[in-house]
Amino acid sequence: MAAWTDISGIKQRIEASSAEEITASYLETIGKSRINGFTTVWDKALEVARGIDKDGNSGPMAGVPIAIKENISTTGLSTTCSSKILQGYVPPYDAHVIEKLKAAGAVILGKTNMDEFAMGTSTESSCYGPTLNPWDTGRVPGGSSGGSAAVVAAGEAPLSLGSDTGGSVRCPAAFCGVVGLKPTYGAVSRYGLISYANSLEQIGPMATTVADIAILMDVIGGYDHRDSTSIKKENTYVDSLKDDVKGLKIGVPEEYFGEGIDEGVKKAVWDAIGKYEDMGASWKKVSMPHTKYALASYYIIAMSEASSNLARFDGTRYGLRVEGETWHIMASKTRAQGFGEEVKRRILLGTYALSAGYHDKYYLKALKVRTLVKQDFDRALTDVDVLMAPTMPTPAFKIGEKIDDPLSLYLADVNTVPVNLAGVPSISVPCGFADGLPVGLQIIGKPFDENTILQAAYSFEQNTDHHTKRPGEVA
Amino acid sequence: MVYDNPDGVRIGLEVHVQLNKLNTKLFCGCSTDYHDDEPNTHVCPVCLGLPGSLPVINEKAVEFAMKIGLALNCEIVGQTQFHRKNYYYPDLPKGFQTTQYDYPIASRGKVIIEGEDGERVIGVTRAHMEEDPGRLQHIGSIEKSKGTFINYNRSGMTLIEIVSDPDMRSPKEARRYLDKLRSILDYLDVFNGDLEGAMRVDANVSVFGGNRVEVKNISSFKGAERALLYEIMRQKNHVRRGGKIVLETRHFDEARGVTISMRTKEEEHDYRYFPEPDLVPMRVADKVPDILKTLPELPDAKRERFNSQYGIADMHARALTIQIKVANFYEEVAAKVDPKDAAVWVADILKGELNYRDTDVDAFKVDDIVEIISLVKQDKITEQSGVQIIRTILDEGGKPQDIVVSKGLLKVEDDIVAKAVEEAIAESPEAVADYLAGKEKSLNFIVGKVMQKTKGRADAREAREKVLARINK
Ligand SMILES: [Zn+2]
Repeated sequence: MAAWTDISGIKQRIEASSAEEITASYLETIGKSRINGFTTVWDKALEVARGIDKDGNSGPMAGVPIAIKENISTTGLSTTCSSKILQGYVPPYDAHVIEKLKAAGAVILGKTNMDEFAMGTSTESSCYGPTLNPWDTGRVPGGSSGGSAAVVAAGEAPLSLGSDTGGSVRCPAAFCGVVGLKPTYGAVSRYGLISYANSLEQIGPMATTVADIAILMDVIGGYDHRDSTSIKKENTYVDSLKDDVKGLKIGVPEEYFGEGIDEGVKKAVWDAIGKYEDMGASWKKVSMPHTKYALASYYIIAMSEASSNLARFDGTRYGLRVEGETWHIMASKTRAQGFGEEVKRRILLGTYALSAGYHDKYYLKALKVRTLVKQDFDRALTDVDVLMAPTMPTPAFKIGEKIDDPLSLYLADVNTVPVNLAGVPSISVPCGFADGLPVGLQIIGKPFDENTILQAAYSFEQNTDHHTKRPGEVA
Repeated sequence: MVYDNPDGVRIGLEVHVQLNKLNTKLFCGCSTDYHDDEPNTHVCPVCLGLPGSLPVINEKAVEFAMKIGLALNCEIVGQTQFHRKNYYYPDLPKGFQTTQYDYPIASRGKVIIEGEDGERVIGVTRAHMEEDPGRLQHIGSIEKSKGTFINYNRSGMTLIEIVSDPDMRSPKEARRYLDKLRSILDYLDVFNGDLEGAMRVDANVSVFGGNRVEVKNISSFKGAERALLYEIMRQKNHVRRGGKIVLETRHFDEARGVTISMRTKEEEHDYRYFPEPDLVPMRVADKVPDILKTLPELPDAKRERFNSQYGIADMHARALTIQIKVANFYEEVAAKVDPKDAAVWVADILKGELNYRDTDVDAFKVDDIVEIISLVKQDKITEQSGVQIIRTILDEGGKPQDIVVSKGLLKVEDDIVAKAVEEAIAESPEAVADYLAGKEKSLNFIVGKVMQKTKGRADAREAREKVLARINK
């Protein structure tokens, strides 16, 4: 297994040997993988690493390997959203974040597994089969960026990119014991991210340390003229990393510790908040009364947007095509065979929610709830600097445990989706263990105030050792 | 005269105008100059709707749309907002069309046309922006096609859909409305109407207060007039036979000149509109004053100015201001010769010859028409010869002076005519006697002789006067 290390560790090793050697050792580890985290390994990875050794790339990520989620477009490398319908699709262009990574000298190792079209909390709905949690291969890695989290946790890649629509970066980060950031909506260009629910999703970095998250954000964040929702960033993320939380005011939303929360998770999170107190921060309870409506609102908006976004997959131009007598029959057959059950469920529900007779009853109402949820955050975050809560109410559950019960699966997202509705930034950092499984602490900040949550997370990391624990090391 | 619209015809038109004078498409940087190029050579991930691509609004397109809205006397919305119109069609790469729904950029405007009985005001319900889909090309006929190609060069072109109120009462008024619309768009320099697909028309028609029938896929103005004539006749006959007009959509078969039922309204799509999340709303109201400053003098204003400034007949002013090119041409001519003469020569004579040849005013030079008018005014050539020179230039090319020489059009000298008159009278004593006895027509015989002797170069009217003067002396 390649060393479980961070960017600075990799840079030291490149100094000592070469980028090629580093990449080769990761490829070797991937070759022996037992978790099914990668869907494709890039056959040009070694070549790129060699090029960096030869030309001495001075980018901030020169020679640093990274894994990319299956829904982020990469030229010449399969990008299928883990769906049969996109099988064989190789984009002719790079996503904005990929252009940035390439320019920074990063070496793309390959693509990682995900819930089909990012719809799920367990990475079980992939056409490539489920990814396994490195901490317990009988359990799910979380979703939908399960592959991206699991490969980092398993030491198959030091860094990865995921996407977070309702918690899809933070959930698997929590389940796999790594760090994952959902940036403010607009902080990272979505150009090239295959849309599931445009108004909610962001590309987010995953790593073993907060420092790496900040470095990665400095590379991929900022304005992109091709995404009109993206916004210019004035300062850097790395500069915010100070080991100091004195005077930090923490809000603890009661509603995030509600019914169904695991006792072990609760304890780990409260211990973490206690640690912050020891470090000089203060906390108080805050109330976010519309949290209970957030899930319903989230699913209606996400499914509505999904029903429209996924209309383009009709077999006409790329991916799967199942022949039929007429175009309509061809398209219907293609979609019937190409999409999995969960995707079909969401397309149908989204179509229903948007249709003329129900538009006002569901879609418009969901938008109104979304505004109320946003106001909850605005209100809570005027008194306090950050909010802290469990990322997930439970540790990783068993494979197969919830997949046939979509409602209980949806409930698992209760603490993550409000953040996407509000568009605020949120990070999940390892904060302990419950039954030998990692627990994630979620730190939520004000819009475009990633700096504060990164600093809070960094201080915690500097003063605890949860993040240094590796699969197999916790009893 | 009052046009009482005996059949209760009501026509509303939806006109799709392709803003092909923008350099780039509505949501991407692809070039719009695709008409002569190979299929699918003006495309990118955005206009192909590739997974992961995002639209970015072309600000120039918004400006053009505002110009159009203001020129149609519309109110401009405070802030633009795009919606998705969801439906499945093979030429629609994303499975939805990005369009404007409840906040069209412009609404509640009006256009003034020459109606059946004088000026009429046609309401403009709304003008909104949307993207053009791709284009299907079937191998063989639609029914028996073995396959279909899709050309996405057109995909993502900016369209403005201009929807009128159902204010037109006859196909003729509909045609006048379309002509006026095109005239205004020409003035704004926002599109080239000669390019294929630049203006496409759907019509809503009802008679006797019955249901509204939509006629789709009309690709020309002439087609619109024909489709409407047919559809009105069909509805009238149907009602006369005791039938009821149902709400439906019909297709206009251009080749056969008939409309065919496509679907009844009950089966119509539910488009599941919702706001496009990838495009942030854009405040446009603040731009209105600046855009207003860029608006040119429009046809109605220009016509009024021509009337007052040049003192020409309203009929001429109207004809001269329909096309901006013609108006500009006229003004250049009017600066060099008597504006009234210029109006007659440009509006009546030159335009007639151009229409006959289905060509436009670009085919003629200002200096040439100025020279022709001057030659006529200076009595060097006859009016008839002037027309002949125009025809020659249009058909064969050449300069007026050269044509005058090569065709020998210069009016002959007075003494030659006088000599010919003397001779003609001397050779025709009987005709002279007949004329003096009251037979008017016998004069023509003498004039004919004069023309013969001058090989037609004399002015017939003048020759007649000279003959008369000589006889009556
Ligand atoms: Zn394009």
